[in-house]
Amino acid sequence: MDEGYTTTDGRKIGGVVMEMKNITLRFGGVVAIKDISFDIREGEIRAIIGPNGAGKSSMLNVMSGFYVPQEGEVWFHGKPRPQMKPYQVAQQGIARTFQNIALFEGMSVLDNVMTGRLTQMKSGLFAQAIWKGKAEAEETENREFAEKIIDFLEIQAIRKTPVARLPYGLKKRVELARALAAEPKLLLLDEPMAGMNVEEKEDMSRFILDVNDEFGTTIALIEHDMGVVMDLSDRVVVMDYGQKIGDGTPDDIRNNQAVIDAYLGVSHD
Amino acid sequence: MSDQFLFGIEVVINGLMAGVLYALVALGFVLIYKASGIFNYAQGVMALFAAMTLVGVMNGQVPFAHLINSILGTDVHHFGWHIPAVIAILMTMAVMILLAWAVQQLVMRHLVNQEPIILFMATIGLAYFLEGFSDLMWGSEIKKLDVGLPQGGSFWIEEMTAGLGGEGFYGFFIDRLDIVATVIAILLVVALMLFSNYTKEGRALRAVADDHQAALSVGVSLNFIWVLVWSVAGFVALVAGIMWGTKSGVQFSLSLIALKALPVLMLGGFTSIPGAIVGGLIIGVGEKLFEFLLGPALGGATENWFAYVLALVFLVFRPQGLFGDKIIERV
Ligand SMILES: Nc1ncnc2c1ncn2[C@@H]1O[C@H](COP(=O)(O)OP(=O)(O)O)[C@@H](O)[C@H]1O
Ligand SMILES: [Mg+2]
Repeated sequence: MDEGYTTTDGRKIGGVVMEMKNITLRFGGVVAIKDISFDIREGEIRAIIGPNGAGKSSMLNVMSGFYVPQEGEVWFHGKPRPQMKPYQVAQQGIARTFQNIALFEGMSVLDNVMTGRLTQMKSGLFAQAIWKGKAEAEETENREFAEKIIDFLEIQAIRKTPVARLPYGLKKRVELARALAAEPKLLLLDEPMAGMNVEEKEDMSRFILDVNDEFGTTIALIEHDMGVVMDLSDRVVVMDYGQKIGDGTPDDIRNNQAVIDAYLGVSHD
Repeated sequence: MSDQFLFGIEVVINGLMAGVLYALVALGFVLIYKASGIFNYAQGVMALFAAMTLVGVMNGQVPFAHLINSILGTDVHHFGWHIPAVIAILMTMAVMILLAWAVQQLVMRHLVNQEPIILFMATIGLAYFLEGFSDLMWGSEIKKLDVGLPQGGSFWIEEMTAGLGGEGFYGFFIDRLDIVATVIAILLVVALMLFSNYTKEGRALRAVADDHQAALSVGVSLNFIWVLVWSVAGFVALVAGIMWGTKSGVQFSLSLIALKALPVLMLGGFTSIPGAIVGGLIIGVGEKLFEFLLGPALGGATENWFAYVLALVFLVFRPQGLFGDKIIERV
């Protein structure tokens, strides 16, 4: 399946966008990730699931450059990625959200989303200072894009609200908006539905599907609740105690004995 | 209007103008504190260094002349040229940017994620280093700074207002330098506001001030922003150094105005730009008015301590400052 595959719902999935090769990550004596490999293909929704403490967030942090693995390589667009700072990874078109939400609490929703455009802003300081032609056009363009994302995620009503005042579920949505504003090639979501009620989870699922569908964005998402992601994702990696214990379509995973054991036997929740 | 009342008004106006300078120094503190959580003890010395560099560049002084002469046995002191103020200011700004870069790359970069007290200690070290470095580079004698700003009382204002009072009142005495300083400070604050709200770098700066992780995730280099913010603080220090240096000569005591910024920050809150301004004005007016009204009764020289006592009183009733975020203990 080197040139991709077609999903059960008929979407064309392309070549490999990111490939994790034999990643090992240790914190002192704790092995958070143990020799894990998997790939993410263009246009797919790839889930990483596993019980709490399995090493999912650590994996996402390796992908986004926040953690540097002791062993292994991250390949991006067919080339090994040299060691990079998180901001450099972001500039390569990889946007992310955090499990514990990292928003700019002192800014409005709109300003938060606008920071997502920072990687797209090209005008030099001098051009901006004179505030002429191109710089102004760029600002307008970015503003329009931010508003488009805000409409898309149905948060127009709170666009001027300071983020600190929003309830948890909406904060998660704003964080997604900020990530989307960067027009990422690859979107990394760390437990986008954690701590939400059923209705909020349904909304978030719908948004994730819509993002993938309308913008064609490749998405890797983490969940520890198996049920939610099964409907959402095309392929699933299952982690437990830092190891990969399964990798395949949701149907494969549902019937995988190791996975069943991990979830039924030792639920760390 | 009674003359006493008019004198009072004059005191208030002069206090406001002095307050502008306090606010300017406090502003430098707030910028760095907001963006990196560092309380930059060296802010005052940076103003001194900036002013000394400006004077040195304008007069065509050879930097490190003393050192060069004692090593090489030469006797060089001056290049023999004079550089126009505007160009010299630009060159000094370049030096301040270089300083910002060096501070970040050589010191602060290695102290990321350290305790605030360690960062604070580092800036104390920086202050003493920079003080010695300034002396080594430009010599320690008191220097006159004249970039062409108008000085002396404004006769125009004196004449215009002389008619307000009786025989003993000759009109308001207001130093033109103070007026210029006020205008420049206002322009500076407006420029900073525009910069932080409408430029890419300004947005990135606010992002870093708010949340490091989140800033990284939207592609902002913390290192770059910290160099930028030290540069902006260097610029503010340069402006303050020019004002203060023009007023009272470029000398070591200039670095002590940093200590006056401390009560200003306690009043205004360490993270608030409007706070720094209002705090500066309150201290400026407060100490002048206090000296005017109660100074004679208290034996004078109350300006030396008034600001600190006011800040202390303030700390007791509103520890977060006028505009600082309310501190609520999480339990
Ligand atoms: N920054 C860190 N420092 C030390 N240990 C960490 C760090 N991040 C994660 N870990 C450890 O790595 C393991 C995996 O954690 P994590 O990746 O957060 O799991 P998950 O996201 O699957 O719940 C845990 O044992 C956790 O304590
Ligand atoms: Mg996690």
